[in-house]
Amino acid sequence: MKLLRLAPENTKFPFMRFRRVSYPFSALLSLIAVALFIFKGMNFGIDFAGGTVIELRAKSGAAEVGTLRTLGEGLHLGDIEVQAFGNPADATLRFGLQSGGDVAQQAAVERVRDAVGAYYDLRRVEVVGPRVSNELVQSGTLGVVLSIIAVLSYLWFRFEWQFAIGAVIATMHDLLLTVGFFSITQLEFNTTSIAAILTIVGYSLNETVVVLDRIRENMRKYKKMATAQMVDMSINAVLPRTIMTATTVMLALFALVAFGGQVIRSFSLAMIWGIFVATYSSIFICSPMLIYLGLRNEDADKAATQKHEAEHKAEDAVSAQDEAPATPSAAAEKTPAPARKATGKRAKTRPA
Amino acid sequence: MLRFSTWKFFAIVAMTLAAVLVVAPSMLSASHYEELKSRLPSWLVPPTIVLGLDLQGGSHVMLEVDQADLIATQIKNLRDDVRRILREEKVAISGGIGATARGVQVRVADPEDREKVLVKLRQLRNSFSSALMGGPSPLDVEASPDGVIRVTITDAGLRDKSRKAVEQSIEVIRRRVDALGTREPSIQRQGDDRVLVQVPGLQDPETLKEILGKTAKLEFRLVAEPGQNPSEVEELDQVDQEGKIAVEKQVMVKGEDLTDAQPGFDQQRSGEPVVNFRFNIRGAQSFGEVTSKNVGRLFAIVLDNKVISAPRILTPITGGSGQISGRFTVEQANNLAILLRAGALPAKLNIVEERTVGPGLGQDSIDAGKRAAYVGAGLVVVYMLVTYGVFGVFANLALFVHIAFIFAGLVLLGSTLTLPGIAGIVLTIGMAVDSNVLIYERIREENHAGRSILASLDAGFTRAFATIVDSNVTMFVAAAILYFLGSGPVRGFAVSLALGILTTIVTAVTMTRMMIAVWYHYARPTRLPI
Repeated sequence: MKLLRLAPENTKFPFMRFRRVSYPFSALLSLIAVALFIFKGMNFGIDFAGGTVIELRAKSGAAEVGTLRTLGEGLHLGDIEVQAFGNPADATLRFGLQSGGDVAQQAAVERVRDAVGAYYDLRRVEVVGPRVSNELVQSGTLGVVLSIIAVLSYLWFRFEWQFAIGAVIATMHDLLLTVGFFSITQLEFNTTSIAAILTIVGYSLNETVVVLDRIRENMRKYKKMATAQMVDMSINAVLPRTIMTATTVMLALFALVAFGGQVIRSFSLAMIWGIFVATYSSIFICSPMLIYLGLRNEDADKAATQKHEAEHKAEDAVSAQDEAPATPSAAAEKTPAPARKATGKRAKTRPA
Repeated sequence: MLRFSTWKFFAIVAMTLAAVLVVAPSMLSASHYEELKSRLPSWLVPPTIVLGLDLQGGSHVMLEVDQADLIATQIKNLRDDVRRILREEKVAISGGIGATARGVQVRVADPEDREKVLVKLRQLRNSFSSALMGGPSPLDVEASPDGVIRVTITDAGLRDKSRKAVEQSIEVIRRRVDALGTREPSIQRQGDDRVLVQVPGLQDPETLKEILGKTAKLEFRLVAEPGQNPSEVEELDQVDQEGKIAVEKQVMVKGEDLTDAQPGFDQQRSGEPVVNFRFNIRGAQSFGEVTSKNVGRLFAIVLDNKVISAPRILTPITGGSGQISGRFTVEQANNLAILLRAGALPAKLNIVEERTVGPGLGQDSIDAGKRAAYVGAGLVVVYMLVTYGVFGVFANLALFVHIAFIFAGLVLLGSTLTLPGIAGIVLTIGMAVDSNVLIYERIREENHAGRSILASLDAGFTRAFATIVDSNVTMFVAAAILYFLGSGPVRGFAVSLALGILTTIVTAVTMTRMMIAVWYHYARPTRLPI
């Protein structure tokens, strides 16, 4: 039986070379995300902003959004948002906090019920008062912050500190881009979105850990290899798994988006974006950080460089037969930057 | 690789069977389950998955003690206490008893009188709150040199009253909700000043809010007559008429003295819906006394400071029973009877959060969740098959057991399955195979590196295991925090996710390993099929 392979075999992508592109690129995206958050803002749902959502279904025929809007505006409940979705008989009404505290919220629902109750069933009513929404904001923020701290302390305990820092930066990156996603799409941001964010954090770290685990293993196995090369090798080794897993999770998520209904659609869309970003960041953000943070002491790197040059030359000669045999200078070209720098810096002390 | 202990094998088989057994009752249709339930003794009835309010429909209502109302009530009580003390000590005051933001103040000009009153007022602390013996004082009593005594309710005192109000409210609310005849309502305190009421499967959520939102403080008072002392009279709104009506401040009989209240119809006159009630002995006595002395006057039936009706006392009512009429609908009479039977709330409660899902929408959500789960699982299963062939079959078998474990976990923990919970399960379906993928890819790699099939299999499982644990711990931590900080549906998501992560270790690692070992033993492959 011929089996399906999505990931090419035995890849040798020089991922670490892209760090000069991926870092500025990601920094730019993160800045855009922050700018979006500040200037465009989020479409906070009633969980965080307070207010009321009422889901209606027409007792007969289709929901008339225009009529509902006129009716709603006539009730003077502030900005009222009327939306149709899914089934043509369905519509949602959403309006913000009423002045006059919790009692006024309930009174507003009564007025809507009186106004539309003859033609529509109220299938779902959610009212969140000002104090409760404030508490939900607090617990949501606390949840995100706490989970990041908890997960990082696990990483710090389990891996070298450079790994933990790399993971923090990658996770922050994913978090920012997810926030940017919510801002640019104006998907409703509510408590389920916090669940999405935490799951993305979990998935992002899961991805990161898989890559880091392999890097750590190879770090012990190939003591003399240059960091960048070793990282590249590790990422290439786990690449088929990364692609496989991202695909299966995406398949599950697409099913949720297509069939899961209105309530979890924004959750699923955010997750799809998150999986994409997390996969990218584990390769292009977290791993190169190890090089910047000097995962190994430079003596090892320096020694490795020499060895690597020789190995690489031989390897190139074998694997790329139609290429001209690599010259020593070409091989040196391929040696990643920090290793080369290390070589230069330590040149004086190096025994001839 | 090939050897594993027999007990492990049987443990896994037993766990799988147990999981299937635990889940089976939840898979029965409602009618079959009811039939099963009727045939078994109650302790043998198997539990089923509890569906969240978003799936089975129902109401989640958070009530909060109205602090302003609570303070007002406490100040009123305090004023009565102070008035009583002044009367008992026969102390004259200059001006009346004034109200402050959090208490009352009086001016006692005579220093000796002032001392007498202060002693008594300080004793009030003990009776004001019994729970705070030795704790912070519930009342501040201070006298300024110009003769003004201030009695102030402290934050601690207010908190204590609030907590007590919540405790009593829970009892009252339980009686009210039980009267609706719904299944398994949950009524819990939340913090110092809140009550969370969750009632599943309500056909009419409006009635619930109707009976939760009312304090139901019932009073029988005389309607004031012209020329009465204005300080003993207050103007109250009427329920079914415009304009106010002046009634005496003094209460003849309170709602506490009712022993029963039932909806009924007025037999003699119009046949309109009414509420029939009976007093206890104390209530019957005082009601009999007052009505004997005041034949011909109007008396007001006051509910939550609104006059429902004000009939004329035609003859003394000494039988201890009566009826309340007020142009009710049948439903209103019904609700009022429920409220009166359950008793009054000790303080006004406001609805600060409400989430109501109608039964139709709940069913739609279940259907949508099921469809998404089937499609998602189907896609993943097919994808694993075409990618890994026979190893894909093993992974898929493990996946089915994995799903059975999650559901069994939900049943055993009695945790609720919510719509985000279903999303969590679908997500773990995608994630569960991750462990298999990690192992299989590792096996391939080892095989490519030139190891024998058996050595590759072995190395694949051993090396991938550390990674699987590390990567799942991080996910588990995120799920745990979501559980502790989240509420309702989000919690359901956290539980599904956490269960999925725990079971994946058993199914994806141990089970798959066993299946592959058995397969290797019989197939004796000459090359790796992946």
